[in-house]
Amino acid sequence: MPFSIQDLQLILPEAFLLFAICAVIVVDLLVKPTQRDVTHWVSFGAVAATLLLVVIDRGADAVGFSGMFVHDAVARLLKIFMLLIVAAILAYARTYLKDRRLHVGEFYELVLFATLGMMLLVSAGSLVMIYVGLELLTLSSYALVALNRDSSLSTEAAMKYFVLGALASGLLLYGLSMIYGATGSLDLARIHLADTGVGGHPSLLLFGLVFVVVGIAFKFGAVPFHMWLPDVYEGSPTAVTIFVSTAPKLAAFGMAYRLLDSGLGALAPHWSLMLAILAALSLVIGNVVAIAQTNIKRMLAYSTISHMGFLLLGLLDATPSGYAAAMFYAICYALMTAVAFGMILLLSRVGFEADDIDDFKGLHQRSPWYAFVMLLTMFSLAGVPPLWGFFAKLLVLKATIDAGFLWLALVAIVCAVAGCFYYLRVVKVMYFDAPTEKKALELPADVPLRWLLSINGVALLFMGLFFGPLLTWCYRAMGAG
Amino acid sequence: MMQSLLSILIWLPIVGGFAVLALGTHRGGEARWAALAVAVATFLVSIPLLVGYDADAGTMQFIEQHRWIAAIGASYHLGVDGISVALIVLTTFVTPLVVIGAWSSVRDKVNQYLAAFLVLEGLMIGVFCAMDALLFYVLFEGMLIPMFIIIGVWGGPRRVYATLKFFLYTFFGSIFMLIGLIYLFLQVHTWDMAQLAALPLTLREQTWLFFAFLLGFAIKVPMWPVHTWLPDAHVEAPTGGSVILAAIMLKIGGYGFLRFSLPIVPDASQALAWVVIALSLIAIIYVGYVALVQEDMKKLIAYSSVSHMGFVTLGIFLSLALARTSGDKDSAYLGVSGAMVQMISHGFVSGAMFSCVGVLYDRVHSRMIRDYGGVVNTMPWFAAFWVLFSMANCGLPGTSGFVGEFMVIVASFAMSPWVAAGAAFTLIIGAAYTLWLVKRIIWGDVANEHVAKLQDINARETIVLLAFAAAVLALGVWPEPLTHLMDASIRHVVDQLLVVKAG
Repeated sequence: MPFSIQDLQLILPEAFLLFAICAVIVVDLLVKPTQRDVTHWVSFGAVAATLLLVVIDRGADAVGFSGMFVHDAVARLLKIFMLLIVAAILAYARTYLKDRRLHVGEFYELVLFATLGMMLLVSAGSLVMIYVGLELLTLSSYALVALNRDSSLSTEAAMKYFVLGALASGLLLYGLSMIYGATGSLDLARIHLADTGVGGHPSLLLFGLVFVVVGIAFKFGAVPFHMWLPDVYEGSPTAVTIFVSTAPKLAAFGMAYRLLDSGLGALAPHWSLMLAILAALSLVIGNVVAIAQTNIKRMLAYSTISHMGFLLLGLLDATPSGYAAAMFYAICYALMTAVAFGMILLLSRVGFEADDIDDFKGLHQRSPWYAFVMLLTMFSLAGVPPLWGFFAKLLVLKATIDAGFLWLALVAIVCAVAGCFYYLRVVKVMYFDAPTEKKALELPADVPLRWLLSINGVALLFMGLFFGPLLTWCYRAMGAG
Repeated sequence: MMQSLLSILIWLPIVGGFAVLALGTHRGGEARWAALAVAVATFLVSIPLLVGYDADAGTMQFIEQHRWIAAIGASYHLGVDGISVALIVLTTFVTPLVVIGAWSSVRDKVNQYLAAFLVLEGLMIGVFCAMDALLFYVLFEGMLIPMFIIIGVWGGPRRVYATLKFFLYTFFGSIFMLIGLIYLFLQVHTWDMAQLAALPLTLREQTWLFFAFLLGFAIKVPMWPVHTWLPDAHVEAPTGGSVILAAIMLKIGGYGFLRFSLPIVPDASQALAWVVIALSLIAIIYVGYVALVQEDMKKLIAYSSVSHMGFVTLGIFLSLALARTSGDKDSAYLGVSGAMVQMISHGFVSGAMFSCVGVLYDRVHSRMIRDYGGVVNTMPWFAAFWVLFSMANCGLPGTSGFVGEFMVIVASFAMSPWVAAGAAFTLIIGAAYTLWLVKRIIWGDVANEHVAKLQDINARETIVLLAFAAAVLALGVWPEPLTHLMDASIRHVVDQLLVVKAG
């Protein structure tokens, strides 16, 4: 497979990140365990530099490596937000990991490898690249979940994740092989041409589509492929949960977009109905089960399931504006969830995981500012205007109604009201309940954590009022209006 | 300055609220003065609006339009007509009184309490001048957040239950309205309310949209049978919360009917006016009876609010039926005017009643009627105010309560004497529960040692009650300025009623 120097230019950020990861590994070998902050800052720098490379890259849309790698506005937008979120997460996680003796080089290396996988995934132009990117992401995630190897909860979560993830990967691969069989190509653009043509193997293609949708649904954590999600969220160290729950959802959106639109766009009438059913189930199950949770990580896990239901609402429209709405939702979701888990990281202490909802009791009296940030996050997750989460929901609902699924929009809003209850409960615990201890909250001395978390939280309000530019960017990337 | 008067009115209290918040919990005294300054400043800014509004034209004025989110066709589009001006001035008038009322009764986290009210004020003013449906919705829902906090943090013993019920109820109702609005948006690709009103819709579409709007606004008003959140919210809310809730937030439901249901779905509104009229009559009569048996003062006034707001919805939908079936535009005009005057009057009266309850509660820490009796012996000035507001509440001529009710009853006669009889029944039942309340609390001998130890109202409380009393009497004796302010705008609304949109 010949390739030119232009191809290398297209993957410059990815190539840079790969070399940077190697550098991180070497640096981590050289520093003493007490100086692990060096690894942290080198990793942070690597992500920031990669982000810079993506941002300054204003090259035109192009396809490299014989169609394997797609360089377009969608990929660029998703990469920017993935890298932003990963950078924030590295800052959020440091103190938590240090307190738990988990501040090891492997964390950084695995997160960076997973990031590389995500970047490749959203730029994939062929089925092979999709699979490679996905595996790089998920294998790193399995290991990350098991980071706290002495905790049985953590290892159990990793095992569950691994077994179910491997099964889902297998199903996806099976589907991909059928698509290859039906169309004779691994290249998504050519598959797109083939499946619009006549005389192919429509039933084989449809059969493959079903497995592909299963693979995507697993990655999103949509019902009924959500079983891994609560256990993984609860079992992993919170610093890992925050990673698993945010950026990979953007990557999952990228994968769904590449596979379903770039590859199988002609089958939209079929898959959009499948997604509608997945979305309805996720919305109902996610929201109802979340009400019963007392562990906030588990509650957020079920809330994630319901949010993925909302995200699918945007996808199933199968129009550029629908994809833009879904992408907007994914970005919004990832940033909201980052604050929610970041807050758990902030409140955690040595020997104390702030992962019960009751651990937030009376936060309002102990730290008014962070209680307010968490309040913004919860109202945003619930979808109350004028916060960002509301507008994300508005856009996907618009896409749903546009696609003619009025019933689904009604299911979604009833679920949103039910969902409101458990987000409000967190607010209730923070604001209306008396704290168990009166003294002011001791905040970790970690300045980047505190500042970034505050900025991230206030951004939810700011973006609610001024989300126009981002939305226009999403629309343009998708080529809508 | 005049071009952006509405923006100043919206953002001044919101920015001021955050400034008060930033003062910190420990500087309660400064927070009180700062909040009062912001609230009074907002009131002063609203005076040029009142004076500068050309009431004879009755059109949308003080229009501001800026791009907000171009990608989805939403704009920051503000404008007011006479109806909005009246409600905005009501809002800016009541908020300073709430701030003064909370002066010594709220001690815990006072800066946050006052900040919540100021932010709420800005959002409510925004609701009354939004001309963009999405902007309206955002502000309409955004109001829930400060109110949720106000009831939940500073409320009574069952505040958590009450505030969750309040939030979920209202959220549930309005989200169906959102679906309706999205549906409309997909037809015209704009959120501009005037263009939504001009959109032709089939009767079937209109019917669905009508129910979507009805659910949203009926819960807000609230109408029977979705009123049950209101007594709980009122009982548990702190005094200021009750005042704002009764005086202004309920009006937003009635305002929503005028702005959304009537112009956008006129045919369905006509076809289904009987539903609303029936529900309103039930609210007026049945809920009036419910008020009669309450043992909690705040609950009694809350039910009385539901009953009085029944008049508002009755007046609005009655006019619709009148204007379109018999072409009786004058009666229709009378009905809508009556509804509007009733809204403003009820804003003053209910605000005043809840303030009075707050005065008693601060002293005795009980809302139960049985804990009082013979208050007139120890608090003669307070008793005078209470009796005045009670008279206004039962619609005595000379007070503001009479004007609106009278207009609606006269209009309802044009429709059917039976409806008029039902509506007029409220005068009796209203008098019954209000006067009985007066008898049990104010008159008689001193009931217990708590009452014996009561101090009469101080200067601060006198200011609040005096302001309410002046408004109630002024409106009752000389309602002409108010009706003139809204006159042309209401005629415009009535003209809109006659538009047939369904093909």
